[in-house]
Amino acid sequence: MSNGAQEGVLELVRKTGETGIFFVRLLGACIPALGRPRLIIAQIYNAGARSLIIIMLSGLFTGMVLGLQFYDVLNRFGATEALGTAVALALLKELGPVLTALLFAGRAGTALTSEIGLMRATDQLTAMDVMAVDPIRHVAAPRFLGGLIAVPLLTAIFTVVGLFGAQLIGVQFLGVDHGIFWSQAQSAVALKDVTEGVVKSIVFGAVVSLIAVNEGYHSEPTAEGIGRATTRTVVASSVMILLLDYVLTAVFL
Amino acid sequence: MRANRSLEIGTGLFVLLGFAALLFLSMQLPANGLKFSFKKPAGYDVTAQFDNIGDLKVGAPVRMAGVRIGQVTKIDFDTNTERAKVWLRIDPRFNQIPADSSAAIDTEGLLGGQYIAISPGAMPTYLTNGSRILETQSALVLENLINKFFATEANKSHGSGGGAKESK
Repeated sequence: MSNGAQEGVLELVRKTGETGIFFVRLLGACIPALGRPRLIIAQIYNAGARSLIIIMLSGLFTGMVLGLQFYDVLNRFGATEALGTAVALALLKELGPVLTALLFAGRAGTALTSEIGLMRATDQLTAMDVMAVDPIRHVAAPRFLGGLIAVPLLTAIFTVVGLFGAQLIGVQFLGVDHGIFWSQAQSAVALKDVTEGVVKSIVFGAVVSLIAVNEGYHSEPTAEGIGRATTRTVVASSVMILLLDYVLTAVFL
Repeated sequence: MRANRSLEIGTGLFVLLGFAALLFLSMQLPANGLKFSFKKPAGYDVTAQFDNIGDLKVGAPVRMAGVRIGQVTKIDFDTNTERAKVWLRIDPRFNQIPADSSAAIDTEGLLGGQYIAISPGAMPTYLTNGSRILETQSALVLENLINKFFATEANKSHGSGGGAKESK
């Protein structure tokens, strides 16, 4: 094995360990952080409410394109009545959780990393330590909890908007019957499918928030370092989301 | 203080919207979830009884000559006649459907849902609120059809085989 590859593998293992240790420290700080709900509310606003527009817009167009594509495919078999089923299951189980988490990593994860990274670079975190204020409890934990709460809610909104987007295309433009669209969707969706989507979104929310906060907290205290940390947040989050999506789907099926 | 307030309102709106969406997904979408009844569409109610409704569901369309004229609003089992009772809500625009019209449960496409097809009768009186469609035709259950087909095929081959022997 060449020297560079060896270094790369070692760095990957080190990063995993660093994230794991940080996760345990973060969990320890989460309970006391709940005693300051205002900090968490501010983070839910920052990460969640301010991502609402992009999530709703993406959900609408995802639903609309699903409506078009499924209609085209189903039409070849003369089964356009199954449009509601296909769109509801696709959005609920896969596209809702995965796309929301990817968008969240790009929209809110990067902001978290660069914010905490800049705090590190300007020695604010060290100053907190000196004043005997735990930066993990006051900076990292509220941001982690805010992301954890925001992602499942954003996912639910994405899915519902997507369903109505598909209805708009399928029923209003392509002429699938309104009653059939919804009754077919309802007859195919079980509570288990909804649970699958919700569990996925909670896991994705935890993973994206953890990676974003950890990268910021451990970023190099330079302008370049913050940039690299932000890039790593997006890359690592995206890979982990898609990887965990496969694992969770295999568990649920 | 002012900025704090708008932040809290924004967060509150977001959280409420999120929970409303979750509620919709878990209550309205699954077939076994709780349902809040939607506002019923305008029109008049007609009932019909079927021996077998197959896979018919609430919300399925009612069609006449292929045109949608209403929808199924309720399905129940009538213990007196031991048949399925179906409530249809017909659009008020179509108020001249002959009273002796018949209703059949048809299937849309190969994988599609089922709907109620109404074929017009000839009587000069019309269906009104509360009237009942007397002549009905049950859903075709594919398995029964296939069974029947094979049964008659088997009989035929037996019969023709026997006949051939007899003729010799």
